[in-house]
Amino acid sequence: MWIYEKRLQYPVRVDTTNPTLAAMIIEQFGGADGELSAGIRYLTQRWTMPTNQAKALLTDIGTEELAHWEIIGTLVWKLVKDATIDQIKGTPFEAHFVNHGKSPFPHNAAGDAWSAKFINSKGDPIADLHEDMAAEQKARATYEWLIKISDDPGVTDTLRFLREREIVHFQRFGEALMIVQEELNRKKYY
Amino acid sequence: MDREQMALLKEIMEVGFLLVETNLYLDTHPEDEKALRLHNTYSQRYDELTSLYEARYGLLTFTGKSGCPWSYINGPWPWEVNFDI
Ligand SMILES: [Fe+2]
Ligand SMILES: [Fe+2]
Repeated sequence: MWIYEKRLQYPVRVDTTNPTLAAMIIEQFGGADGELSAGIRYLTQRWTMPTNQAKALLTDIGTEELAHWEIIGTLVWKLVKDATIDQIKGTPFEAHFVNHGKSPFPHNAAGDAWSAKFINSKGDPIADLHEDMAAEQKARATYEWLIKISDDPGVTDTLRFLREREIVHFQRFGEALMIVQEELNRKKYY
Repeated sequence: MDREQMALLKEIMEVGFLLVETNLYLDTHPEDEKALRLHNTYSQRYDELTSLYEARYGLLTFTGKSGCPWSYINGPWPWEVNFDI
């Protein structure tokens, strides 16, 4: 089960209203390599993990990804909450606005809705942990593209934090993969 | 949110983050005694800070004890906090 902690994982600062940047950052709210995909992917893969280390790690990284999803939603919200209609009109956020107003919604920057088709759970721990390591690298790369287009120092600061976290997750998943591989080899020979 | 509440919240966020780091590390290094000592120190500090914060400004989690009215609903909610102050 889960208990909500009523605080963000990182202090999200936004310096200027910017609906265009919000529309791009929403990639990490509902895109294929975004935080929602990450959280649901890891939490779903837990049932078939063979070692306690991997069960714990998927639980805890999956939970942290949901905290990242909340950070992304907060970035999007702070970028648009004070926007006037004139500031929204003609920006890429306009199409989002006519369906969702100023509410964040899990779709990607191109407007495609989030889908479980973005993720998998193979029931095979080696395949799953490799997917997870690739997913962390893809999330890192997305953050690097977003950092390149961000002209808001507050937003960039938060994006850098999230990018660093994906690097740490990649490292931990690599360690879990080694542990799982050793366990499977041990079972094969004895 | 006044400066004092902000300072306490930021400290909780910092120690909370250190706990996330020791947590993930310990998941794959459960026998690392140095990391365990760090984790337990942060854990103690986290309990102290959150108890202080919750007594002053309201609950951070629903499992805590509240006076009347129910303080868990107190604003600002996380996405409304202005961290620039
Ligand atoms: Fe993340
Ligand atoms: Fe991650």
